[in-house]
Amino acid sequence: MLALRAFFAMVPLALTLAACSIPGPEQAPDGIWDPNEPANRRVHAFNTRVDDKVLRGAGTGVMEALPAGGRQAVSQFADTVGTPQTVVNQLLQLRLWRATQNTLRFALNATVGLGVLDPASELGLTPDKSDFGETLAVWGVPEGAYMVVPFVGPSTERGATGMVVDLFTDPLAYVLHSPERYLPPLAKAADRVIARGEFSQTVDSVLYDSSDAYAQTRLMHLQHRRYTLGAEDPASADIDPMALDTTGF
Amino acid sequence: MSPFETRRGVIGATLASLAALALPGAAFAALTEAAARKLVDGLVAEINRVIASGKSPSAMYDDFEKIFRRYADLPYIAAYALGADGRRATAAQKKAFTNAFTGYLSRKYGSRFREFIGGRLEVQGVKAVKNYYEVATTAYLKGQSPFAVTFHTSDRTGKPLMFNMYIEGVNLLLTERTEIGAMLDKRRGNIDAMIADLKKAG
Repeated sequence: MLALRAFFAMVPLALTLAACSIPGPEQAPDGIWDPNEPANRRVHAFNTRVDDKVLRGAGTGVMEALPAGGRQAVSQFADTVGTPQTVVNQLLQLRLWRATQNTLRFALNATVGLGVLDPASELGLTPDKSDFGETLAVWGVPEGAYMVVPFVGPSTERGATGMVVDLFTDPLAYVLHSPERYLPPLAKAADRVIARGEFSQTVDSVLYDSSDAYAQTRLMHLQHRRYTLGAEDPASADIDPMALDTTGF
Repeated sequence: MSPFETRRGVIGATLASLAALALPGAAFAALTEAAARKLVDGLVAEINRVIASGKSPSAMYDDFEKIFRRYADLPYIAAYALGADGRRATAAQKKAFTNAFTGYLSRKYGSRFREFIGGRLEVQGVKAVKNYYEVATTAYLKGQSPFAVTFHTSDRTGKPLMFNMYIEGVNLLLTERTEIGAMLDKRRGNIDAMIADLKKAG
């Protein structure tokens, strides 16, 4: 079984190492490497339609139907059932201290917290998520080109590969039997709808009020992802408050 | 915490200006860690005060515009946002753009800050980066995990001003340059038409 899992992890990994393209000089202005922009724009348009027809309304519906306490419980449950997968990835990243903290966090929240509360945060064990995309980054795999994934949203070649591998790195999926094993993915989907509802104005302003929502989400995703991975954002690093002619402004 | 922060800000500002007068000229213009922190302390206190005021959205946007004009290096932010297109803009266009852009920023970020109602920003620390200072703050919003808001300040103009802001790594200057660039593209590069659009946007 372990061998099977390792096999599943190795196949996409080998693909990633071969597939994460690296921009040449001057090919990534503002830190953006997007050689497949026309295809990405089509997927972005599709995802925006899905948001407009389904997710947006579902988010508003959840805000109306569920009180704040209920929403928090669902989100917390999604966080708790997602923690073992974070631990697996942090072990693969050799981040043993963070893996230990998350193990404790899971142990506390799944027992004392009944799965839906967050007593661990009170003790300073705050949420600290990871995924296989981050593991690949720690292993030195380049980010690759920007990529919009249908139904999921903005990612990169490395991030998308991580998502595929993460379909197999959740320990709970191997421990739970049906029907319990469907709870974690359901909770994660519900958490996404809740987040869409809670941040509705911000998401709307980016998706529907921007002049070019595609360019805006691409920029935001890349900057935020690099920030969470602790990587330097090349475009941000170039900003020099003294090196600009502001005459007339 | 707002009145306390404001009072501390005012006292701090007074002390700092007295100290600046007492010091010899050479030290005068140099942005210090303390000055960077004081700037953001003041900015955060004012944002918190507007959020807590419970005013109507449009009254709040006016307040945020006053805050931007006082604490932000608007000529720099405007010049950065217009980017390479700024080189072909006339003096009158640059002025009109900076003005329209300031109003747009106040409305756009004002409506985001309005979601902070019941929340607060707390200054965490200051560090020197190249030729500017980075002031790290944490935003605490009701029912949400705290997140990082970082302000970059410089003394380019002779006094400390905020020239960039990051929310969880997302950079205001780059975001706005992308937005203004897209608005210009929509108008086939016509700066006057873009400025007219900007007055209605946000």
